[in-house]
Amino acid sequence: MWHNLGQLLRYRGLIQSLVARDLKARYRGSMLGFFWSFVNPLMLLLIYSFVFATLLENRTQGIQPYAVFMFTGLLPWTWFQSSMNEATGSLISGGNLIKKVLFPAEVLPIVTICSNMAHFLLGLPILAIFMIYYGVTPDWIELPWFLVALVVQFIFTAALALLLSALSVHFRDVKDLVSNLLTFWFFTTPIIYSYQQYPEYKNYFDLNPFTHLAISYQEILFFDGPFGHKWWLLALGGASIILFFAAYWIFDRLRDSFSEAV
Amino acid sequence: MNSTAITLDHVSKIYRRYGGRQFSTLKSALLSGDLVRKLRPEETFQALKDVSFTVPKGCTYGVVGRNGSGKSTALKLVAGITKPTIGTVHVEGRISALIELGAGFHPEISGRENVFINGIMLGLTKKEITRRFDEIVEFAELTEFIDAPVKTYSSGMYMRLGFAVAIHVDPDVLLVDEVLAVGDEGFTHKCLDKFGEFKRRGKTILLVTHSLGLVERFCDEAVWLDAGEKKAEGDPTRVVGTYVTDVARQEERFLAASDEKAKHDAGGAGQATPAGPVEAESHFGDMNQAGEGRWGSGGVEIASVDFQDANGQSTHVFHTGEQMRVILGVKAAAPVRDFVFGIGLFTADGAMVYGTNTDIEELESDRLEGEATVTLTVDSLDLVEGTYKLDVAVHKRDGAPYDYHRLLHTFRVKSRIKDGGIYRPKHHWDFSTAIRFKPPK
Repeated sequence: MWHNLGQLLRYRGLIQSLVARDLKARYRGSMLGFFWSFVNPLMLLLIYSFVFATLLENRTQGIQPYAVFMFTGLLPWTWFQSSMNEATGSLISGGNLIKKVLFPAEVLPIVTICSNMAHFLLGLPILAIFMIYYGVTPDWIELPWFLVALVVQFIFTAALALLLSALSVHFRDVKDLVSNLLTFWFFTTPIIYSYQQYPEYKNYFDLNPFTHLAISYQEILFFDGPFGHKWWLLALGGASIILFFAAYWIFDRLRDSFSEAV
Repeated sequence: MNSTAITLDHVSKIYRRYGGRQFSTLKSALLSGDLVRKLRPEETFQALKDVSFTVPKGCTYGVVGRNGSGKSTALKLVAGITKPTIGTVHVEGRISALIELGAGFHPEISGRENVFINGIMLGLTKKEITRRFDEIVEFAELTEFIDAPVKTYSSGMYMRLGFAVAIHVDPDVLLVDEVLAVGDEGFTHKCLDKFGEFKRRGKTILLVTHSLGLVERFCDEAVWLDAGEKKAEGDPTRVVGTYVTDVARQEERFLAASDEKAKHDAGGAGQATPAGPVEAESHFGDMNQAGEGRWGSGGVEIASVDFQDANGQSTHVFHTGEQMRVILGVKAAAPVRDFVFGIGLFTADGAMVYGTNTDIEELESDRLEGEATVTLTVDSLDLVEGTYKLDVAVHKRDGAPYDYHRLLHTFRVKSRIKDGGIYRPKHHWDFSTAIRFKPPK
């Protein structure tokens, strides 16, 4: 296992070029090209702000400007959601590679996370524009925590992606299960609403790992005042690292079966 | 210095026969640490059975065998893409596998970008690819198209590019699985030259192919796998020879079986269909168009047809230039005074190669009674490789058949020389002293 993890570092060049290929290939042949990376989150933002700020206005009055609040949580969630959706099936769709070329299979789910992260990073300027437009200023001292949250989310996503991609090779049901669970997960996470509005559910929110990521992003970028959620974030980071090794261990155990089962 | 490049030590590989997943219960999974439960023997397929061989460094090693004999499995094991179920595989040095060319090419991006990604996938660094890039493109003969998306490539271009990248990985061990058929003649030669260069530089090549000539010409050693078992190993000419003999034996069995079936379908061996003269006449009229079958009045019956070689062994497979005997066992219920024996030789697609009968050759019939045999000996079967069909007949001088076997008997001619056409005249070449050829390998 440790040996294979070391191997993975040697393959970072491959991950890099596969991510680049993904990004290039995704919009190749489309008129707007990379512009879609900006348009997609923008559309999401418009739809959600219309529904939750205009149609269901009374519920979200406490949080202003609502669009910026929601966007700070929605962007990282989109990264997480598309990563999970794509990574779960990545070993199956990359089956041709696994069967014919010798390379570590974990590269495939990791590449999907990375290329979705690129889209996430491309969405950040839009967030910045919205923040400037609405006059929301983050605490500059808290910005390094943004990077921490990014790393924690990456490890957390990678852990789940490794586990689920390996399982989905043997149980094809996992892919559908995951996409349905993610919808459920989205609405139980305080992204389109604030967890402070529903203190009676706090314990349930705390059980949800993504709550802590969402709250962290919101506190760092949106809410004034000190970043009070940092211990939760660090704890989640620690747990993610443990989860990552556990998931990698399982992935490693199942590795030999991939080339036959995909 | 360790002088073996590839070692397979008592390797067996068992595949699941069905796509279905057989999972263990959670409890046994936890106990055995294995998600997949042990399969029953009837659910598995053993692709390799206790195969061992070693390939010394710098050796070009051929793997031959029928389809499904485990050749590609062996190659995948050596490449490390799958793991052996039992036994160990050890490979010394960097491997490049020409198994599926261009696996991992992305259709939307350009050939240039794909070369880089494919190269990195095969273990090169970006710098190494940059250095070899021009050479790769030139080898693939794609200089003009390298910036076009790969989806616009023809399948030949696609394969050439895949081959070019894989061969420029500069491996210590090159695994080749039947990929030489990718390009036109010129490209194939270029590939062979490249293999030759590898060989000269002391690299190890493992070559899986159905092209036996290539194995004989190119390999230092060879192994023959059959149904997952090692049948022969060592000198390529000997291994290929044993393999070819076995294939011939199997073909012989197959031809004998189909021969038997054809006779049976045509009215049961030994039982000529008693057909009326009118019907026989109409058949006879379009003899050259008629399909296989058997007809005739039955006054004389061809009860058996046997092919024998020079040693009197029954066979259906001959080599070019060998002696062939066709032996007809005939039966006449009542004495017959008017009879002609004839044969016609056809290619598999129905073109007549040769036809003769005793009447044409001015043998005048006198008397035939009871059981007898007729032997036609072809002293030298000067036909090129292929499958041939035989008509045999006994009929009256006016053509009315007693028993006519139309295309019922099949034999195969094998040849080491892949010349064209049907007929190989006995021939030899002479050259004046200004022309010289390399001595045969």
